[in-house]
Amino acid sequence: MRYTYSAPLFAGLLGGLLALATPAHAQTDLLNDLEKQTADSTKREPVAATFKGTHIINSQSVETPGEGTLAFLIQHRFGTLNSGAYNFFGLDQAVLRLSFEYGITSRLAVGVGRSSQEKTFDGFVKYRALQQTSGAHPMPVSVTLFASSAITTLKFGTATQERNTSSRLDYAYQVLVARKFSPSLSVQLMPTLIHRNYTPLAGMQNDVYAIGAGLRQKLTKRIALTADYFYLLPGYAADHYTNALGLGVDIETGGHVFQLHFTNSSGMVEKFFVPQTTGNFFKGDIYFGFTVARNFTVKSQLK
Amino acid sequence: MNRSLSFLLPAALLLAALGQASAQNKYMTKTGQVSFFSSSPIEDIEAKNQQVAAVLDFGTGQLAFSVPIKAFVFKRTLMQEHFNENYLESDKFPKATFAGRFNGCDAAMLATAGPHNVQVEGDLTLHGVTHHVQVPASVELKSGQLLAFATFPVASADYNIEIPLLVRNNIAKIVTVRVALACAPVAGAASPGR
Repeated sequence: MRYTYSAPLFAGLLGGLLALATPAHAQTDLLNDLEKQTADSTKREPVAATFKGTHIINSQSVETPGEGTLAFLIQHRFGTLNSGAYNFFGLDQAVLRLSFEYGITSRLAVGVGRSSQEKTFDGFVKYRALQQTSGAHPMPVSVTLFASSAITTLKFGTATQERNTSSRLDYAYQVLVARKFSPSLSVQLMPTLIHRNYTPLAGMQNDVYAIGAGLRQKLTKRIALTADYFYLLPGYAADHYTNALGLGVDIETGGHVFQLHFTNSSGMVEKFFVPQTTGNFFKGDIYFGFTVARNFTVKSQLK
Repeated sequence: MNRSLSFLLPAALLLAALGQASAQNKYMTKTGQVSFFSSSPIEDIEAKNQQVAAVLDFGTGQLAFSVPIKAFVFKRTLMQEHFNENYLESDKFPKATFAGRFNGCDAAMLATAGPHNVQVEGDLTLHGVTHHVQVPASVELKSGQLLAFATFPVASADYNIEIPLLVRNNIAKIVTVRVALACAPVAGAASPGR
């Protein structure tokens, strides 16, 4: 009889204590519950901003302008640093490439460019085949496919030197494979094929193969060191030309990205800098250059 | 037998009653909207997030928000990149959260028609910095859904969000944050904290 009274009393007390105890931690518990319920263990998030720009230095990066974004790029190379005081250490000369790049979708981008070197027009397509992700079963790398064709519009002068249209064309194909190892370090590998319809000298390869590598190391939130390099696979081009090397700094000012660099290549299209670089970086054949990109929003992402 | 029944029954009833009460008064969404506006003489900036998770408990007067920073969409893709990489550092601080309570409307009042003004108070955590804030809001029960709205200012400097000198004139020092939720009642869920 004694027990039958005390048991409900005890239960009631316990219940009351529980009810009193809950509000103290309820605020954070409510948030924790919410976090638990929204946590999706299968969710994968794309890794963004592997590189600051669509170009590292000479090479393209895995990045494309976002959907509906038009990028206007001004690329500049002055003369070589070792050209002496008479040429103001290269600043008297300049090679320029202007280009537009447009993101048709978040994966697909097209671009056109015009280089002053050999009066060359180029057009290219970039497709982000894979994007690096974090989360469950993450994709370890981003892969972007790149194809470009370039046509020189130089007047060749005399009739005997005149060339037909197809002989003015060169093509470049690349698989850009990049990984952002940490928020500050990104690395890119670039197997490259350059196909030239016309080669002026006997023994020159129509197809030139190269392996490129690029790097971005952030120093601060808005300043990063960059490098890219193309190693020519053995052949005529490797015997007679040098591997393109670039070292640079990316500076982000808010709306623009300024890329300042030193490279042994004056060309800014694949067909120039991969198989036709002549400068020896370590003997002072260094071109100072920069790339400025300005983005225009053609189509707003906000509906 | 008699003894154990008399022990279990009230306890079970009590638990059931508690669970029932909060289950009916709890509303939740995973697709709430939070947007913000920055207005300056040079440009207006807007971003929208439609993946906000929120829960409001009218039984206890408590609420919580979880906002995934990477889900903010800007007009300009580059702006979105800078927002994540440099301003909010979303790799380091992937979420903004709010946990607090609201006064001015309980379950009984909510049942009556029309929007009800409430005062929300709690801890807002953004960019790894927590501040206690008070925000006026309104709640309304409409065709079974709880609609909640709030507008409040956030000063980026308070949350250690650094804005570079060159764009300082483009970005307002105080941005306006808007919250719009349509929450569904949580069916048969256990009450929080148990």
